[in-house]
Amino acid sequence: MSVLKQLEEEAIYILREVAGQFNKPALLFSGGKDSIVLVQLAKKAFAPAKIPFPLVHIDTGHNFPETLTQRDALVKELGVELIVRYVQDDIDAGNVIEETGKNASRNTLQTTTLLGAIEELKFDACIGGARRDEEKARAKERIFSVRDDFGQWNEKLQRPELFDMLNGHIHNGENVRVFPISNWTELDVWNYIKQENLVIPSIYYAHKREVFVRNGLLIPNSEYITLSEDEEVFEEMVRFRTVGDMTCTAAVPSYATELDTIIGEISGSTISERGARIDDQRSEAAMEERKKVGYF
Amino acid sequence: MDIIKVVTAGSVDDGKSTLIGRLLYETKSLKDDQIAHIENKSKSKGYDYLDFSLATDGLLTEREQGITIDVSNIFFSTDIRRFIVADSPGHVEYTRNMITGASTASAAIVLLDARKGVIEQTKRHFYITQLLGINQVIFAINKMDLVDYKEAEFNSIVSDLNLLIKSQANQGLHSYFIPLSALKGDNVIDTSSNTSWYTGPSFLSLLESIPIEEEHQNEEQSFQVQYVIRPKTEEYHDYRGFAGKVKSGSFSVGDLIKVHPSNRFSKVKRLEKYGESVDKLHENENGTILLEDEVDVSRGSSIVAQDFEINSSKQLTATVSWLQDAPLNASGIYWLQQGVQKVKAKIKAVHNTIDLETLTINQNNQLKLNDIGEVSIQTASPIVSKAYSDHKALGAFILIDSQTNNTAGVGFIK
Repeated sequence: MSVLKQLEEEAIYILREVAGQFNKPALLFSGGKDSIVLVQLAKKAFAPAKIPFPLVHIDTGHNFPETLTQRDALVKELGVELIVRYVQDDIDAGNVIEETGKNASRNTLQTTTLLGAIEELKFDACIGGARRDEEKARAKERIFSVRDDFGQWNEKLQRPELFDMLNGHIHNGENVRVFPISNWTELDVWNYIKQENLVIPSIYYAHKREVFVRNGLLIPNSEYITLSEDEEVFEEMVRFRTVGDMTCTAAVPSYATELDTIIGEISGSTISERGARIDDQRSEAAMEERKKVGYF
Repeated sequence: MDIIKVVTAGSVDDGKSTLIGRLLYETKSLKDDQIAHIENKSKSKGYDYLDFSLATDGLLTEREQGITIDVSNIFFSTDIRRFIVADSPGHVEYTRNMITGASTASAAIVLLDARKGVIEQTKRHFYITQLLGINQVIFAINKMDLVDYKEAEFNSIVSDLNLLIKSQANQGLHSYFIPLSALKGDNVIDTSSNTSWYTGPSFLSLLESIPIEEEHQNEEQSFQVQYVIRPKTEEYHDYRGFAGKVKSGSFSVGDLIKVHPSNRFSKVKRLEKYGESVDKLHENENGTILLEDEVDVSRGSSIVAQDFEINSSKQLTATVSWLQDAPLNASGIYWLQQGVQKVKAKIKAVHNTIDLETLTINQNNQLKLNDIGEVSIQTASPIVSKAYSDHKALGAFILIDSQTNNTAGVGFIK
């Protein structure tokens, strides 16, 4: 069995465990490539029936418009329910305070909106597209990752996960985050997109865009960005390797307009995928700290 | 290219994370930004060398204490093979995490400190590899630089290891011995002139070449149902597909089958994989089975050959490894999960435990955290199972604490 086939088998087994073990699962959908792969896996897992849970999008309001277009097209094609909850609503309600300054981002604010959605809609399992190769705190996380009443991850009390036996027993109010593509790498995701002929937002392909340099990273210019005086905007051929919201995702220079050339570039890349994530560069333990309070 | 899952074992400070970090570095699996980070951190901490464990110790508290607490799942690949390494902790109190990492591994790396030789953790971890039935074990004798790369030191440790193997190894074990310095890089990627007396392969070549054993195929058909697919659409009005995994044997259209626990008989009408019709489903493969008759099948049911013998006595004896702080309650009720089958289970007796220091059997009637012992269990209803030594996929189970919901123990059916 090929590596990709093995990974697909594992992921689909996990998705069926979610549907079998939980009352109200949801698939967290960001519109990025990993969540598009997850949706494809879910489509296969339950065929010929529709995916038996909704897609949930936590919308920071700072999206690349291309990802929203793609999201809506996919939802329409699959006939699944899409639930959107807005970070803006939490800001307006005073639940969170918008960050200020030139590095302001709504990335951490998402957690409050996510936890609110889980509580409101009573989700007991949330499926996400996180992978262990992305970040070293993620390399420690289980496939079924239990979160307490406050959505917190306790890294010291993780359940042992043995063989393929997944324990989804939880107390009322707790929820489980599920990561079916834990064992995939960035390259596996791209190869799978190619194999399955998946449509992904156009920003993953090289295109001309207004950018500027900050801390050595190419940041897309947008209305959500506050430029300093010494930061100069210029046009460049770029693509995105990872898509968060516009304030926390850096671009890479690229002429790769096709999947094969993207795959070639990634195989030869000397920078890690999350090296272009501004949210991870805040500190060495940035991911772990966000996870402990309920982030994905 | 194939894919191999490997678990690391060995005592704390034997250099497991350093070895894995070096492998990542040398196989160019670490990217420039990750290397720059390790260089800066090592420098700011005043180290004389690069601290590769920073690449894998993903938790704040691990970096604070300089130890590995939980299993890290690390990926790297060479032109020949893809590796998934479960880098597991060395401390005795984290033995359960090592078992977690080892459960899916087909090879184990047991590290030893050349200055200390075979110690308790070596025995404990080797015992666990054998309990789990891992047949490829590499003993990496690390820190050879600290014993001046002396052949005599290496040989003396190997002869101690051979004694351990002789007393504890399963039939079919292949063991390998290699002198290393993970820190200095000796024999990690290339063989080193510092150990010119060593004629074997380098560590990486060895990892690339050890065979990945396929478990011997069990002919008896069994399939566990995870989820019943019912589209309830015009097109698929009467569709009832049982989605799950083939645990043993293989299935073809037309096979006569029996459903457990409803004990109803039927015939395979159609086999599907992700909505597409297929002729056959193989062992360990996902699939969907559609039956000729309307029989009672739900999540946790098994679809088996009509002559599959199911242990109807509801009694089983198993070697159980205890994974949670609260000890195994000898009269307690737990959930027993085998694959996706789940039943209530009552502990009848703890017969003995294994002293992992001396590897002798102690009379004991309690299992505490990290203990391993023989236990008799009664299940509320019969399950489809095999002895672990006959078929891993039907021989292992977990015990779930019905109070805490924790995965409290793992068992291997005798």
